[in-house]
Amino acid sequence: MNEAIEVRGLRRDYGERVALPGVDLTLAEGEMLAVLGPNGSGKTTLLRILATLLRPTAGEVRVLGCALPREAWRARGRIGFLGHEPLLYRDLTGRENLRFHARLHGRDGEPAARRIEELLAAVEMERRADERVAELSAGMRQRIAICRCVLHEPELLLLDEPESNLDAEGREAVGALIGPDAGTRVVVTHDPERVLPDADRILRLGAGRREMVA
Amino acid sequence: MTPTRAAFAAILGKDLRTELRTLQSLPAMALFAVTTFVIFRFGLDRTALSGSLAAGVLWATLLFAAVLGINRLFVSERGEGGFDAIRLAPIDRTALFAAKAAALLVYLLVLELIAVPVFALFFLDSAAALGPLVAVLLLADVGLAATGTLISSMAVNSRARDLLAPLVLLPLVVPLMIAATGASEPLLAAGGPAYDRFGTWLGVLALYDLIFLLVGYAVFDFLLED
Repeated sequence: MNEAIEVRGLRRDYGERVALPGVDLTLAEGEMLAVLGPNGSGKTTLLRILATLLRPTAGEVRVLGCALPREAWRARGRIGFLGHEPLLYRDLTGRENLRFHARLHGRDGEPAARRIEELLAAVEMERRADERVAELSAGMRQRIAICRCVLHEPELLLLDEPESNLDAEGREAVGALIGPDAGTRVVVTHDPERVLPDADRILRLGAGRREMVA
Repeated sequence: MTPTRAAFAAILGKDLRTELRTLQSLPAMALFAVTTFVIFRFGLDRTALSGSLAAGVLWATLLFAAVLGINRLFVSERGEGGFDAIRLAPIDRTALFAAKAAALLVYLLVLELIAVPVFALFFLDSAAALGPLVAVLLLADVGLAATGTLISSMAVNSRARDLLAPLVLLPLVVPLMIAATGASEPLLAAGGPAYDRFGTWLGVLALYDLIFLLVGYAVFDFLLED
């Protein structure tokens, strides 16, 4: 099986502060990695580096066969990233936001419109998708953000607390998009009970600790 | 990779749609310009201006009104994650620079559609200068849009962006303002438009535009890195 992610000695500093003290991990295609750890342990930093949004201070990172940050341009567009921010414009509607992101990923016209409607139906947001994002609840925004994350059919999903703000019904609704059938995934969570049953690998980050459990 | 033209159209369309819906920049810019002309009208106690004074009043007012729009140009990208969304997409990031500069150019043109007739009404005896003035306005707007976009993208990550953008921008646009007022001064002369060195000043404006468009194209990718 091909490796989707290979990381060796990954370190990231913010000035004097060490955010990631040297992480090694591998993840094969189709597998799911759960990243656990307390606040400030570097989980989000790790995810942003894998998403090509941050440069590592040291170490080797290879995502989908692309060495980062040198070949980041080749990996972009093949990654779906869901961070703490939904990456949605508050003054556009949910549907307009998805259309905008589809166009950024080179998708336009009827196929893009069909894909957007399928996703909105999957997360049960088709009736609220013409409201401005600023007027939606946090849970509804999260559902649209998940649609945004998978809109371009990425090969790798990087998900930071994907079920935050979602109620039981919402979790059920997004399961089809980011659940076990969604392919290769890295999921950062504070709720191991929800994620561990599906995890092929676990990475525990902590104060000076980085432990990979196969 | 998404074609740059498609990404440019998507970002520009998004910005114009948002501005039409929220009216966060344009009304403030236009109101500022009109109010400033009223202040000049009563402050100078003159019903007609000509030559260098008229050119100075026009360009100082348009420049400071433009700063209001420049300050807000990247606010939604910074506050709502647009920078990350664009960095995650397989696009040439100069599409963002081009789209933001084009949006700012549209704001400036709309501002001038309102402000220049008000200026003419308050201060000019005849509207004969307005025709050739369009060429000066267009060339100066392109330069202001390129420089403003570059500076705004750098300042937006600072907490003091409202202060930083004008502080960095104003010295950079001094050559642009010298050329714009130099070209406008004979057009606004008391006896009607004259064309002394008009072509030279237009050439200087075009050169300024070219330089800052090339600088923006060359450095914008680096400005978006973490």
